[in-house]
Amino acid sequence: MRYMIQQVFRSPKFLFGFAIFMAMLLTVIIYPLFVTGNPLEIIGQGTFFPPGIYVNVYDSINTEPYILNLDDAAANRIASTLGDEERLAMQEWLVAYGIPEDEIDIADTEKLLGKWENNYDPEIVVTGMTNAKRNYYIRLDASLEGLLAIEGAIIAESNLQTGALEQKDFVEQTDYVNVTEVPNVRVLPLGTDNFGRDVLPELVSATGTSLLIGFVAGITATGIGLVLGLLGGYIGGLVDDITMFFINLFTVIPGFVLLILISYSIGQEKRGAVTIAVVIGITSWVWTARAVRAQVVSLRNRDHVNLSKLSGHSIVHIILSDILPYIASYVVMALILQISLGILAEAGLSILGLGPRTTEVPTLGLMMNWAMIYQAQILGKWWAYFPVVITIALISFSMNLMNTGLDQVFNPALRD
Amino acid sequence: MTDQKDICLSGSGLTKVFGYGRQTCCAVDHVDFKFYEGEVVSIVGESGSGKTTLAKMLLGLINPTAGDIYFQGKKRDISTYKKKQEYWKSIQAIFQDPYCSYNIFRKIDAVLLDCIHMRGGRRLPHAKKVEMMVEACSFVNLKFEELTNKYPFELSGGQMQRLMIARIFLLRPKILLADEPTSMIDACSRATILDMLMQLRDEIDMTPIFITHDIGLAYYISDTVYIMEQGKFVESGSADEVILHPKEAYTQRLISDVPKIYEEWDLSTV
Amino acid sequence: MSRVMLEVKELTTKYITRYKEDIYAVDHVSLKVEEGKSLGIAGESGCGKSTLALSLMGYYFPPLYYTSGEIIINGRNISGLDPDDVRRSILGTEIAYIPQSAMNALNPTQKIIRFIEDVIQAHDPKITRKEIYEIARERFEILGLPAEVLQKYSVELSGGMKQRTVIATSVILSPKVLIADEPSSALDVTSQKMVIKMLLDLMDKGIIKSMIFITHELPLLYNVTDDIMVMYAGQIVEQGNAKEAVFDPLHPYARGLMGSIIVPESGLRDVKLASIPGVPPNLKDPPAGCQFAERCKYVVPGCTAHSVDFHELEGGRAYRCIFSEEELREAYKND
Repeated sequence: MRYMIQQVFRSPKFLFGFAIFMAMLLTVIIYPLFVTGNPLEIIGQGTFFPPGIYVNVYDSINTEPYILNLDDAAANRIASTLGDEERLAMQEWLVAYGIPEDEIDIADTEKLLGKWENNYDPEIVVTGMTNAKRNYYIRLDASLEGLLAIEGAIIAESNLQTGALEQKDFVEQTDYVNVTEVPNVRVLPLGTDNFGRDVLPELVSATGTSLLIGFVAGITATGIGLVLGLLGGYIGGLVDDITMFFINLFTVIPGFVLLILISYSIGQEKRGAVTIAVVIGITSWVWTARAVRAQVVSLRNRDHVNLSKLSGHSIVHIILSDILPYIASYVVMALILQISLGILAEAGLSILGLGPRTTEVPTLGLMMNWAMIYQAQILGKWWAYFPVVITIALISFSMNLMNTGLDQVFNPALRD
Repeated sequence: MTDQKDICLSGSGLTKVFGYGRQTCCAVDHVDFKFYEGEVVSIVGESGSGKTTLAKMLLGLINPTAGDIYFQGKKRDISTYKKKQEYWKSIQAIFQDPYCSYNIFRKIDAVLLDCIHMRGGRRLPHAKKVEMMVEACSFVNLKFEELTNKYPFELSGGQMQRLMIARIFLLRPKILLADEPTSMIDACSRATILDMLMQLRDEIDMTPIFITHDIGLAYYISDTVYIMEQGKFVESGSADEVILHPKEAYTQRLISDVPKIYEEWDLSTV
Repeated sequence: MSRVMLEVKELTTKYITRYKEDIYAVDHVSLKVEEGKSLGIAGESGCGKSTLALSLMGYYFPPLYYTSGEIIINGRNISGLDPDDVRRSILGTEIAYIPQSAMNALNPTQKIIRFIEDVIQAHDPKITRKEIYEIARERFEILGLPAEVLQKYSVELSGGMKQRTVIATSVILSPKVLIADEPSSALDVTSQKMVIKMLLDLMDKGIIKSMIFITHELPLLYNVTDDIMVMYAGQIVEQGNAKEAVFDPLHPYARGLMGSIIVPESGLRDVKLASIPGVPPNLKDPPAGCQFAERCKYVVPGCTAHSVDFHELEGGRAYRCIFSEEELREAYKND
């Protein structure tokens, strides 16, 4: 037994899968200890904030600035408003206006802006231009105002008594603020989702819940399969007939359909994470039972079982010590696969909206569900669904890798 | 020869049929036999002759389809598991493949302790149990101190088979069914196993029944030989009678097909 | 003197385990088989006889590696050749090999005639299927096998028939040497007899010129082969003609082996069977000197001090022991 466990931990595939899995498990356990707070807390007003570092503007104004003279500051400022698209649009308008093309140099910002300022007139109707396009040019013009200015900005506050604006502060173009000195800075590595929740803590919490569901579903399914397979396989006769009847019944009824029906009929209120896990478990035990039964049927005629009988052991003792250890390796592998399938089944249910209650805990499937409903993939808001998909893939991948590693240890014929 | 001995095991019309409906296979076909106490019996048959099925029925591991078995003169009744456990105090077995006979997850100490417990020694002090195990091991030329706390796969094939004999020594059954006990052992170690089995017979007053396909072995070791073909006993009698002067055609052919070294081996009868 | 079909000089081959240990399964083995003669190789499981068979064919695929020595088949030295070269040039035509349980290697989805087609077409791609069928039918008739077998599938045949078919197929090109590794061990006695008769027929009818028969069953060797060689722990310990080897063995192991033969013949019930205590040495860590010393009844300190001489006596007799022939016979007389 100890020898086998040593062998298992020497298998590279198993170790790799195990490392990934433990990394996830540890993250799920340790992360909430450091980052407290409800992962379902809505922090963003608005949907799908992109990932990044969010600095409170009000506080940054009040923070002591430092003066940095950087060469590319002006160019950066201009480039963020006046990208290539905008330059080409301006060129297009000017050409349509009548200025010869070779006089327009879109690379030279000053000249281009100069030409624009001299020539642009929102009243002029250029032939072939749609209304929307005209509005676009008006917005473009507005955004270009003050682009080349070198003065700073005035921060004004309205006087509480008079109601008039009084200058409170002045911000130079060369004023920089050290982010660590700003009191309110929030890093959103994965942005926010459609509700405005921070995706990263939500993802970690969801992974934890999904793993829990996977474990419970896996243990339930393997447990039922093991017991039925053992009893039917070893005792045979009527018990076997009854077991086979149930196995055949559950084979014929598609598991997923059954899952949906049960889930639906439980009703929204009763659908907690563990309940769903148990439901998944009781609809997916079939192949484990069948495989265990087949193995037990072949084991019960072996010499060591006969010898055990001749030594006066009871049926329970024989099942536990002569049959069970011989199928243990298979059962462990089946368990790992069932956990993986349980997580995927839950994800599938949640995408359909039949998963656990949405208000209590997030799960990986739920996150995908919301992303889909709110069309994150269409809008290009990759942070709402891509990390979730990768997490599910990593969980499945690590478990399958562990399984392959275990298989190679227990079945020497498969070793490379 | 010897006086009229008691019959320890006998059967009449013993039959086992596998399968149902149209697909039946008659493994043992209305077999009659009488095994006397203390005599060495061999049941010789080729593979597929039904001898293993017969052995399992004698052991009580398979239920016969028809026929009766009489143990020590009385009809055998092993209808409940408890009765079976009682029966197994009197009849035991040694199997062909020593590598498969042991549970690889249990140490060999457990195997020997099971035997002590079966004979009612569960309450004995540990020291007494160890003494019994040491005695059993030394009977088969094994040292208990070297074997204790080891797993079966750490022993050699010959050692494992000898440990099986040690097990029988502790169990002291009246009848021992040895199913091809030496077919997986090296030729050089065969004599050791056979000698030990014969010594055991004398020591604990046991009746060994050998199941084998090796006619030479049957001739060497047994008093009585039964020849089995396709589920039936075609011939039976003392070893000399059956093997040196066979009456049935099947037996004659079987004997002539075995290679000889002292006599001419006639290959023309193929 | 007849032609030597197969000659082996000091052949040594080894296995390399996954833990990079060397196991010398065949240790300086020399033998000679002449035209019209057959050699039997006896020994218990693990003595190296099957490895020797593979090595004789030049069948070196990892973890089996050729180390040293010469193998000369019909005058051609094939030692150290690439296995693929060996396959193309000599397998089937000069030398044929029947592994253990060869009958189980028959593809159940093809008729028997297809195997023969494969074998013949591998050496002569231009031959037609009709010609092949003729050759096969003729050969099967000579050997006493019914021609219908050619059109059957392997699952339709009994064990004995399958084995005989495989043997007939492997010698269809009439090789000079046939190496048979336990050709009849998995069969019942009647089928075994048929296989043995067939092998003897092959020799008698000249289809093969010589044969090497490997088995652990000594009565078979006595009846089939002219000479017998006993192997132990990768080395030859006894060599001689069949009668000498079985009834007058010199090496203590061979003596024990022959003494443990059980045959159903009269008078044998009273003979005491010999037995040898202990187990063969672990070849990962072989003992110094004589490999059999730890189990030998006649061991002296010199046995483990240095490697033991291989005495070659006249008439092809040989044995490996520290003692001389007279000393051994004296010791046996006193037993």
